[in-house]
Amino acid sequence: MLTGPSGTENIVIRGARLVDPVEGLDATQDVRIDNGVIAQIGTALDTNEHRVVDANGMILAPAFIDPHVHLRTPGREDEETIASGTAAAAAGGYCAILAIPNTDPVVDGADVLRGLRARAQDEAQIPVGFMAALTKGQDGSELTEMGALADAGAAAFTDDGRPVATAGVMRRALQYNAITGRMIAVHCEEQSLTRGGHAHAGLVSAELGLGGWPSLGESLMVARDLDLAGDTGQPVHLMHLSARESVEHLRRALAAGVRASGEATPHHLCLTDEAVRSLDPNVKMNPPLRSEEDRLALIDAIRDGTITAIATDHAPHSPEEKDVPFEAAPFGVTGLETSFGVLYTRLVEPGVLSLETLLERMSAGPAAIFGLDRPRIAIGAPANLTMIDPKATWRVKPSTFRSRSLNSWLLGARLRGRVKLTIAAGRVVFEL
Amino acid sequence: MTDLRVVGGDLLPPADERRHLLSITDLTGADVERLLATARSFAQSQERDNKKLPTLRGRLILNVFYESSTRTSSSFELAAKRLSADTMTLKAVGSSVDKGESLKDTALTLSAYDPDVIVLRHPEVGAAQFVARATQARVVNAGDGKHQHPTQALLDLHTMREALGRLEGLHVAIVGDVAHSRVARSLVQALNLVGATAILVGPPALLPAGLAPTSTDIDAIADADVVYVLRMQQERMLAGANFVPSLREYTARWGITPERVREGQRVMHPGPMNRGVEIDARVADSDASLIVDQVRSGLIVRMAVLYDLLTTGPVAVESAVGVA
Repeated sequence: MLTGPSGTENIVIRGARLVDPVEGLDATQDVRIDNGVIAQIGTALDTNEHRVVDANGMILAPAFIDPHVHLRTPGREDEETIASGTAAAAAGGYCAILAIPNTDPVVDGADVLRGLRARAQDEAQIPVGFMAALTKGQDGSELTEMGALADAGAAAFTDDGRPVATAGVMRRALQYNAITGRMIAVHCEEQSLTRGGHAHAGLVSAELGLGGWPSLGESLMVARDLDLAGDTGQPVHLMHLSARESVEHLRRALAAGVRASGEATPHHLCLTDEAVRSLDPNVKMNPPLRSEEDRLALIDAIRDGTITAIATDHAPHSPEEKDVPFEAAPFGVTGLETSFGVLYTRLVEPGVLSLETLLERMSAGPAAIFGLDRPRIAIGAPANLTMIDPKATWRVKPSTFRSRSLNSWLLGARLRGRVKLTIAAGRVVFEL
Repeated sequence: MTDLRVVGGDLLPPADERRHLLSITDLTGADVERLLATARSFAQSQERDNKKLPTLRGRLILNVFYESSTRTSSSFELAAKRLSADTMTLKAVGSSVDKGESLKDTALTLSAYDPDVIVLRHPEVGAAQFVARATQARVVNAGDGKHQHPTQALLDLHTMREALGRLEGLHVAIVGDVAHSRVARSLVQALNLVGATAILVGPPALLPAGLAPTSTDIDAIADADVVYVLRMQQERMLAGANFVPSLREYTARWGITPERVREGQRVMHPGPMNRGVEIDARVADSDASLIVDQVRSGLIVRMAVLYDLLTTGPVAVESAVGVA
């Protein structure tokens, strides 16, 4: 399902704090990588003429997986390309990403998908999986040839950017998807409630005169899709959850045995709609930033495992699109290169979230949802590792980005915790 | 006459080099008092034969209007002229905006003339903040979508104070389409700053929660000193949104008719009016109506705003009026 480069590096990483929550590993040791595979973990390892990386004071963790990235290719290569988006991901500590198919043209046929995978073979800096659309043209009426798309290597199916408007089509999609073994990921939005919405329907939008995008616009659809998943017995993945009510629906459904999962974004975990008072287009996203109560509910869900993945919903936009008044701006912000830093700074350092939980939700969690190999620190595992300096303080500047777009809500922010080295599929893909 | 002495040290404007008037939320109660006092001093200047003051001679004030406007654009233009500034009004129709030029490029183009103030009206929330970020000019928000129209709120306060002798303790019923009204948002905040209160009255879907107490019952206007009537802003409503079933039903339930106005109440409307829809012509033309006073206040309040942004403080008000 993933396409991209692999490598056969020979490296010894010396003296890092190894943290792999799933393996139950938290120890300061050396790691030796032979031919791109973890060969030895221990103290004072032989270097065997390998390259040696001094990792004193560093954290070495399983590299991250982002299941929600808009690579804008094909169609808007001015905003992002496979090369620039995967380079940004590498700089963020990721060893794999999944790309969303709402491109131009939409990835709704095997030919487009094969073309993208061929390009990724040449261009991608890290392995990338391409999701395919659930309905033709993402218009919510006619299913794509999901079987053929799965055979051509679709990593999952989604109409993200839009909801599947009718319950009937969604039910058929879930039923039919039994033949593919891939995940269906859904963007939950009841558009008759969100039309004209630019910000969370609450006091801030009332005061600013912005059209409201209510929590119910998401949670109604979450409830519908969970019920459909329960009814069909097929799994569903809920993308970019933002509302407390959605989290409660998911928690109840999981308790009832429904096969479901959810993801949350760094911006929904760190910001509330108070940020919208700045009228900065870089805090405009879909679903919108919500209340403090919603933010805390998302954090609780990340903690207790109701939500098992953190996804950036990296959505590059050109300056022409974003350098406009708030109300005229499109939804979406970038996130690949700042996700670990901001979550470490705003949630781990203040003690809101443990480092282990953060690392798990950024790596093993999304891997499990989408059936990808779990990055791990274990002998015999391919080297998918990220080395982080937890003490490094850095300022987010336009020049720091590998992404082609600069629509980050963190421009100018000071962050602690910086990715220093990323190894993806046995190859060093980023080094600072 | 004594007003000028009210302008004391505590009313000095903040020391920022470049100030804007983007939102009432940017102002303090002291800012409002200073602006109203300045406006009142300009009112005196407007009673003379020579109404022109030399205060802003050589300054450039650009009025940029992306939405239709009669009162606001004409009063800003006249306010600038009465203060001897150079001024120019650019309407979206007939300019490069017609040719697809972005707000950013229009703002940068106009910046090349080094304007001291850009007065902007635009249909999108955040447009004034955007131009303030994109240019070096001081920016006055003359209306951005449904967000803010701060000079309207200031002229409304001025009108109320002149007619009723006070602002503190006044109770204002704002009636109608609050959801789509930048005027209502600015006015509620401005009333709070001067110790007055507001209630929002109208159809349920047009009363956003959290701005002020609300009522769907038109009888709730009975306690108000001022009934402030809003226009049904159909141009800002999405088709099929069903805010009210029909204008006829709106008028029957919430229209301001002579029967609904209590003796002694004053009636205001920011214009343009839809006579026979939200306000009965007999009310609009009655002695209770302050609608013409609002227009008159618009000129001097906008003079005060331009003056305030371009001078360093209230001391000069006296000299400015004195020189003329």
